[in-house]
Amino acid sequence: MKKRSRSTEVILSTDSINVVYQESLIALQNVSLDIPAAKLTAILGPSGCGKTTLLKVIAGLIKPTSGSVKVRGKEIEGPGPDRALVFQDFALLPWATVLQNVGFGLRARGVPKKERDETSLHYIKEVGLLGFEDKYPHQLSGGMRQRTGLARALTINSDILLMDEPFSAVDEQMRRKLQEDLLNLLKVENKTVIFVTHSIEEAVYLADQVIILSGRPGSVAEIVYPKIDRTGEIDLIRRQPGYIDLVDEIWSSLKKYVE
Amino acid sequence: MENQIKYSQTNEDSKLNITKVGPKTSLLFFRIISFFLVFLIWELAGRSDISIAFPPFSKVFLAFIEMILSGEFVEAYADSLPPLLIGLLITVVGGVIIGVSVGLVRSAEWFIMPLLIIFQTAPVSALIPMLTYIYGISDTSKIVAIVILGMPLVALNSYKGIQSTNPSLLEMSASFLASRTNTIIFVILPSAQKMIFAGLRLGISGAFIGIVLAELLITPTGIGDLITYNRFIARYDKMFATIVSILAIAGLTLSLMRVFEDWLFPKEKN
Ligand SMILES: Nc1ncnc2c1ncn2[C@@H]1O[C@H](COP(=O)(O)OP(=O)(O)O)[C@@H](O)[C@H]1O
Ligand SMILES: [Mg+2]
Repeated sequence: MKKRSRSTEVILSTDSINVVYQESLIALQNVSLDIPAAKLTAILGPSGCGKTTLLKVIAGLIKPTSGSVKVRGKEIEGPGPDRALVFQDFALLPWATVLQNVGFGLRARGVPKKERDETSLHYIKEVGLLGFEDKYPHQLSGGMRQRTGLARALTINSDILLMDEPFSAVDEQMRRKLQEDLLNLLKVENKTVIFVTHSIEEAVYLADQVIILSGRPGSVAEIVYPKIDRTGEIDLIRRQPGYIDLVDEIWSSLKKYVE
Repeated sequence: MENQIKYSQTNEDSKLNITKVGPKTSLLFFRIISFFLVFLIWELAGRSDISIAFPPFSKVFLAFIEMILSGEFVEAYADSLPPLLIGLLITVVGGVIIGVSVGLVRSAEWFIMPLLIIFQTAPVSALIPMLTYIYGISDTSKIVAIVILGMPLVALNSYKGIQSTNPSLLEMSASFLASRTNTIIFVILPSAQKMIFAGLRLGISGAFIGIVLAELLITPTGIGDLITYNRFIARYDKMFATIVSILAIAGLTLSLMRVFEDWLFPKEKN
């Protein structure tokens, strides 16, 4: 049995990040975080508080006004092979098939077609899209598009997976299904996951560490560590006694930032 | 243990909407029908006494055949086609290169955009007579007229196509470490494809307007001369036959452009 504790290796950290948009809008203020390796970290906060901004700073897509991001102690210069991003709006090429979309990262790295297709198909299978590899994004449901974006992120084999509200664009049943699939997937893929969510239940259900951001400007309000035993059946997780209590606890601390 | 996880396809996954496109043959059929209808209306309108300057379709058709056989078309197009082809080439290649590079290189935007917008909004055809003062009665005048009327449309639309690339796709490309070249080839150009080709079609139409205007207004040669001459001697059937011939060539060029687009970017197969 693997014990999940706070004292594991820190794979990624941010050091007093400030992001100011258009010289006046402060999106993030003094955000310092430690992200433990091989754990799920949720970034939770009211909408507009800077969650996407924080994730994009970590991804290297936005340069913070001040502060730094370090991966294994080394400051990042921009996007890197150690981090893969799953986009909130999927960001799939509309003219490309599932197979081509999933293989985008490998293609950008110059992986030859045969190897690229093999790897892509492996992850297409892993996210449950086998048989759909020749479909175009407009032929897919929201859930399938999200899986395509996830498969694309998995192909490049980075240690850190960044997901921006990965389950918000799909309906409730599909969301539960995708959440369970993610937990299952992480049992075979040894990944550090940082995901953004505005759902308290989702954060508590999935995450080992929940970072609660205050309302704008976003700064770290509180960090909680749901001690939920995820070793057993997935269905049992939601029934654990601590689960509901923690959801309530987080809600009461988040309430003051929501008008 | 790896790869043991299988996901069932859920209800949502099976709700696929795949629209069926009708067979190509029926499209062709409707096109022929619509051509036929236009010719029929033309014939009827020509037979009623609207004007003697508006002959029925049948007369124009006969004049068309006559002009092919007599070599009048051959002679006129020998004058018009070379500058038209050169002008089209410059319009298409130059327009795409200018539009795409301005779209890709932000710093080039400032000095070239105002020029393009002026060319697109001002009545450029009014400039054409002035070309005589610069280039005289020459093929150069015709080529410049074609390029002035065609290229801004191509360049402007190519530029807009490049600029309209979904920023989220650009972020995606950057986050997957695609080089600038790969981003251009795999993300930006395919995004801009529809706009670029729409611009090419507009630009080609503009180029044809350019050659006809140049030959009507400044250098009385080629098909422009054929139109003017036949109007002057009141052979309206021949005048219309000439106009139809240039429209047909313009239509053919546009169709070739479509074929080229389909070859370059094959349509999605369902
Ligand atoms: N590119 C941008 N330019 C200016 N303001 C922005 C930009 N992106 C986000 N913002 C603003 O920054 C704040 C935080 O945005 P975001 O990170 O998207 O929040 P969240 O993902 O938590 O909803 C919002 O007020 C938003 O309007
Ligand atoms: Mg967001």
